[in-house]
Amino acid sequence: MTATILSALMSYWRRNPLQLFTFLAGLALATALWSGVQAINAEARASYDAAAATLGEGRFDQLVAEGGDLIPQETYVALRRAGWRVSPVVEGRLEGVRVVGLDVLTAPGDLAPVQAMDGTDIEAFLLGEGQVFGRAEALELIGDVPAQKVVANDIAPGTVITDIGVAQRLLGRQGQVSRLIVDPVQPLRQQPLAEVAPELTRRVADAGSDVGRLTDSFHLNLTAFGFLSFAVGIFIVNGAIGLVFEQRRGVVRTMRALGVPLNRLIWLMILELLGFALLAGTIGVGLGYVVAAALLPDVAATLRGLYGADVGGTLSLRLIWWLSGLGMAVGGTLLASSAALWKLWRMPLLAAAKPRAWSMSAGVDRRIQRLAALGLLVVAAGLAMFGEGLAAGFALLAALLIGAALALPMLLDVGLRLGEARAAPGLRQWFWADTRQQLPGLSLALMALLLAMAANVGVSTMVSSFRLTFTGFLDQRLASELYVTASDEGQAEALEAFVTPRVRSVLPLMAVDRDLAGVPGAIYAARDDATYRDNWKFLEANLGAWDSVARGEGILVNEQLARRAGLALSEMILVAPNTSLPVVGIYGDYGNPVGQAILGEALFRQLYPEVAALRFGLRLPLDEVQGLRTVLRDEFGLSDEAMTNQAAIKAFSLEVFDRTFTVTTALNVLTLAVAAFAILMSLLTLAALRVPQLAPVWALGVTAKALGRFELIRAVLLAVLTTLCAIPLGLALAWVLLAVVNVEAFGWRLPMYFFPLDYLRLAGFAMIAALLAALWPARRLARTPPSMLLKVFSNER
Amino acid sequence: MLLSAKDVTKAFASADGPLPVLRGVSLDLAAGETLALTGESGSGKSTLLHLVGGLDTPDAGSITVAGIDLAGLDDGERAALRRTTVGVIFQQFNLIPSLAVRDNIAFQARLAGQYDVDAAQGLAERLGLTEQLAKYPEQLSGGQQQRVAIARTLCARPKLVLADEPTGNLDEASADAVLGLMLDLVAESGAGLMVVTHSERLAARMGRRLHLRAGVVA
Repeated sequence: MTATILSALMSYWRRNPLQLFTFLAGLALATALWSGVQAINAEARASYDAAAATLGEGRFDQLVAEGGDLIPQETYVALRRAGWRVSPVVEGRLEGVRVVGLDVLTAPGDLAPVQAMDGTDIEAFLLGEGQVFGRAEALELIGDVPAQKVVANDIAPGTVITDIGVAQRLLGRQGQVSRLIVDPVQPLRQQPLAEVAPELTRRVADAGSDVGRLTDSFHLNLTAFGFLSFAVGIFIVNGAIGLVFEQRRGVVRTMRALGVPLNRLIWLMILELLGFALLAGTIGVGLGYVVAAALLPDVAATLRGLYGADVGGTLSLRLIWWLSGLGMAVGGTLLASSAALWKLWRMPLLAAAKPRAWSMSAGVDRRIQRLAALGLLVVAAGLAMFGEGLAAGFALLAALLIGAALALPMLLDVGLRLGEARAAPGLRQWFWADTRQQLPGLSLALMALLLAMAANVGVSTMVSSFRLTFTGFLDQRLASELYVTASDEGQAEALEAFVTPRVRSVLPLMAVDRDLAGVPGAIYAARDDATYRDNWKFLEANLGAWDSVARGEGILVNEQLARRAGLALSEMILVAPNTSLPVVGIYGDYGNPVGQAILGEALFRQLYPEVAALRFGLRLPLDEVQGLRTVLRDEFGLSDEAMTNQAAIKAFSLEVFDRTFTVTTALNVLTLAVAAFAILMSLLTLAALRVPQLAPVWALGVTAKALGRFELIRAVLLAVLTTLCAIPLGLALAWVLLAVVNVEAFGWRLPMYFFPLDYLRLAGFAMIAALLAALWPARRLARTPPSMLLKVFSNER
Repeated sequence: MLLSAKDVTKAFASADGPLPVLRGVSLDLAAGETLALTGESGSGKSTLLHLVGGLDTPDAGSITVAGIDLAGLDDGERAALRRTTVGVIFQQFNLIPSLAVRDNIAFQARLAGQYDVDAAQGLAERLGLTEQLAKYPEQLSGGQQQRVAIARTLCARPKLVLADEPTGNLDEASADAVLGLMLDLVAESGAGLMVVTHSERLAARMGRRLHLRAGVVA
């Protein structure tokens, strides 16, 4: 019996391949967008984990010099003699690749690569010219080095690992180490750190810069986008399944009348759907892999630019996102079909067998939908006013989007009623009334279009606002025309003395890492100069803030620090042991993940005399920059890398944003394409139901061609009306992203700008998408043979 | 007795309260016997057929089919009864549109585990469907679809055949031909046949006739 029932169920798909395609394609696209994003996230996280595993970040306590200075090797030796089980690490960059040197004999656990990998030879690692381990692309980037290169794929991307001696040689840091890893097992008696190396501080595990945590917000945003795309896809699946179940009502009744038990029928239908879900999920994960592989280089560049996080540019197949993708496909299918299955289970055997247009046309369903929409929008308003935290921000997004999607058919109905009331009696009035009749059948596709367009408007507004703000911010922050870096303190002093008479001003750049108001952060020094006074814009400040800073009587904090530590103007902050200063200004610091404060130069030098300025911003007329570069190269032997002009930094920063923009644009386009696909499939699947509705109009003298034209106009009209709803929804979405999610996730608020031309262009795209989606069904309708239309009347006899 | 119904009552909910459709109807039908159930629209004919076929349950009274008391059956057992013991021929044919004629004819027999390819072929030949076996229901005329529905029911070899206006969608000549075939085939199988009809011509060709008026046997 089971085989007979399954065969009958399958025969439906064989006879309706278009619906099968809609269902599989909708689910596959939804899964592709979701698993693509998950693949990117999984790859990035795996990179962070690899970094943590190979570099010991976050796993072991570390000894570091205040201000991030290098530690003399003698200090390491002194610590070992004093009973400290520590292991030295040298770090630096070579051709953009992070070079990490470890002492394999003292490194705790499995940090050193020679213990972790097969086929490695500790003697080769330590003796002779040594070995450098890393991924192929990192090894290629560092170019020719006097050491044997060994490919190792479990090392973090953009990183190579070698023996400490080799690293010191490659980086030119003989006799110096960057930090010391503290073995978790220490002798019972050892000399206190303050006696052996008072200049070092112990950074406990997990307190350091955990890049995974830093980038969590970025990944959360990507996940939210993936989820939104998945929701759009699920609307298609829901529509396809709803239609399939409606059309199968008669068959289900017949099968039950012929003796098929309802329970078995329902289980077999679930089995059938799960089989398709697994098939579509597998295709979707495959497509997701392609999407992720295409986007990953841009995401990697964004993460590197924003957070300094190295992420591999190539994708590996990971079990977790296979499972996640298939799980979402199966879960989404069950979710989309649950209501239809429930109705089928409750349907009396003798219920009318004729399929209704769509289940959503039922009055009760419409009332429930209206109430759900209203409830969700009220929840959204409540969360906007009283919600706190990132979870509340995302709940607000979900309630707003789903509530608006559910409200869309009602809003469109109102619009169409208005149109109908104003239309001339006759064909035009019929057109409006007929469009309204189609609304239930098209509403799921239109909801998908609404969500896709709102996401498009919202995310584009956010990214464009971010870019605009950031461009202005760069102009403000990167005011100096040239930045130079000295190799040591001696050269720095000589350099400053040399350039001072040749430029308008010299701005030394000095910073020290320090907890501020209980939050990890950094203090920067600012010279009293017009550059700062003229260019920096405060979010809030006391009168004469720069004067207070210059006199050493006040401190400026960035928005991140102010929000995280709950600081307001005039509150006191401990900036050094025994020294507290009031906050005199709060400045915007877009894109910076950490708290920051600015102290007057004189006070900074007094509090942190060990910190020397090696980097300087130079103010001079633009046309003199090239000349000064040449002089500095000749006089001090400064390389091009040690002299960066403002334009290059700006270009790099903007490139990061353009990469981000590429990712969001690609996701936007994909989501819009999915929505257009939803419209196409809804129109095609509705086409069969349309014939009986249009046959009487045709019989009354309207040609099939004219009916086809009406179908096209209808699709565009509905797209226009949906766009009118999508733009305010998208702006609301942008507001939530900028004013709620961004503040909770990153700690700073962005001003919101409007881009009317972009929205107009998007509306144009939506209309083109709707027109293209309606073209084929309209053409089919226009070519419907009279025999098919006449059949409607003969069936009525 | 193949079918025995005693004091069967049934009412449906309506805006004005319960609407009684059957008010204590009793009937018997022996194997090999044919019965026409006639009456005005709304007299309860189709409702009685649905109750006898296990498609619906009575509010009161008892129905026994082939010795099985329908009152004691749950949903699954009633489905089994419809699969193996009762065959229903619907006015609207209710064929499965996605299955070819051949598979539609075999469908119920396969469900009942009674499928015999030769018997199915023989039925198709008798009903003039040999040329149509590979076609789909939408490609058939109303008369052909009705013949497929009859073949589907008889292929499963039920003990009791129930037909709801089996010729209601056919012209007179086609109706006579289809009915003649149905009566011959049912007689050969030894099953009982109960037909709901408005047609005097059809009722006249049945062995017995029961007229319902406002839910009671007139």
